[in-house]
Amino acid sequence: MNIFDIIGPVMVGPSSSHTAGAVRLGNVACAILGEPVAEAVIGLHGSFAQTGRGHGTDLALVAGLMGWTTDDLRIPQAFAYAQEMGLKYSFKTINAGEAAHPNFVKFHLTGRKGSESQVAGASVGGGRVVISEVDGFSLEFTGEFPTILTLHEDRPGAVAEVTGILSKRGVNIAQMRVFRRNKGGLASMVLETDQPVDDSDIAAVAGLPMIRAVRRINAIS
Amino acid sequence: MALAKLSLEEWIQAAAEQAVSFTDFCVDFQRRELDLTAEEVLARMEAMFAVMEESIAVGLKGPRSKGGLVGGDGQKLQRYLAGKQQSMLGDFIGKAVVYSMAVGEANAAMGRIVAAPTAGSSGVLPAVLFALKEEYGVNSHDLAKALVVAGAIGMVIASRASLAGAAGGCQAECGSAGAMAAGAMVALLGGTPAQVGNAVAITIKNMLGLVCDPVAGLVEVPCVKRNAGAVAQAIVAAEMALAGIESVIPVDEVIDAMESVGQSMHCSLKETAQGGLAVTPTALALTEKIFGKKL
Ligand code: SF4
Repeated sequence: MNIFDIIGPVMVGPSSSHTAGAVRLGNVACAILGEPVAEAVIGLHGSFAQTGRGHGTDLALVAGLMGWTTDDLRIPQAFAYAQEMGLKYSFKTINAGEAAHPNFVKFHLTGRKGSESQVAGASVGGGRVVISEVDGFSLEFTGEFPTILTLHEDRPGAVAEVTGILSKRGVNIAQMRVFRRNKGGLASMVLETDQPVDDSDIAAVAGLPMIRAVRRINAIS
Repeated sequence: MALAKLSLEEWIQAAAEQAVSFTDFCVDFQRRELDLTAEEVLARMEAMFAVMEESIAVGLKGPRSKGGLVGGDGQKLQRYLAGKQQSMLGDFIGKAVVYSMAVGEANAAMGRIVAAPTAGSSGVLPAVLFALKEEYGVNSHDLAKALVVAGAIGMVIASRASLAGAAGGCQAECGSAGAMAAGAMVALLGGTPAQVGNAVAITIKNMLGLVCDPVAGLVEVPCVKRNAGAVAQAIVAAEMALAGIESVIPVDEVIDAMESVGQSMHCSLKETAQGGLAVTPTALALTEKIFGKKL
């Protein structure tokens, strides 16, 4: 937390959790997909489903999927822009269970080039968000730092190789966590870095033998 | 959010020991934290103030909110006060209250605001700062410094208690905004570090227990008027502190009390729209009208 988390963010109202947080959830989901969104099926849970419309949550989520920031004055017109850009969106109410955060959303995204991603997360207050699921994988990150997501085989040395290659390239890891389905199966690493990572860093990680996929999420503003 | 606990009392003591103003202490402390120069921090704060100023202007045009429950009241009060020789609020508080409602209404209408500390409570700081600018001739550099002081106070509250209505009720949002504004005003008007602490403590004490009960779950009713109330509370506390009136309970303890009150507050009174004003017959009828169904 720094002072500009308190005096800020600059945002389009009315609600840090239901509007600004919704934009950011869209931002991260779009970054995970890795290409412009062509179609989005957006499942709203709890308070997002109940009071979202009055907060412009629906507009904010779509704005976020177009990569807009929380202070973009076009947010109230996000639907019209989406139509113009050929982004098809639909909303449905979901029940993610009692344990789910009240401001929870699940995106099913299809990109223009055809890639698909499922991303779920919550707006946890003050515009902050937590992503809790990517393509069926339970994990946790906030998008506040440049983030690298891997899908890799859970073998000894996997973590060391990834962190090793990043440190050689001058990327300092602020935080790292490993999430796995079962021992020895597929796992996912979430690496939050101090410096932005570039395409060549991602390519270097992707080149490691046990890595199945790598994704990069730039820090959300 | 598990944050290391900060202490306003420690900062106040440190400023007093170093014989610097609380403002200078905060600016120096924050620029170190951010690894920036003081000028860079203040330039960013001036940019925030510019957005605040814009949001007042937007709100004074009287936009209607997304949910349709608020809009135009800031404008209404401004017109009313302009036509009066004398008002109970007086020039300074009158202006500040008008501006706080304007920002609250701009926010509810999906206008651009600075969440300070939150969107719901975003009217309080711009209101007092803009009133100080107009009535006391404070320049934008000093207003930027005041925002640093306000932000520093907010950081302490966030670390010991909360700034979110969902976690601590409206005392955490409008109460904190009022406390930040009160401390910033005292610092700006030349109060001692201890007086800053007293202003913060008194504001929070007077707003302790305020629940978050938004009608239809929207940041409209009672939020806009609560910003106005928080402005008045902040000015009362700031003037008392500048007069040398002390808070019997030290400021860190007051903040801790706000946290414990927030903890014991029932969840129906923490932004869930399940209690308080949100479940009055009128509120329930409005909710049904807005969403076409019960929540
Ligand atoms: S009532 Fe709740 S939503 Fe409204 S300003 Fe207060 S804390 Fe925010």
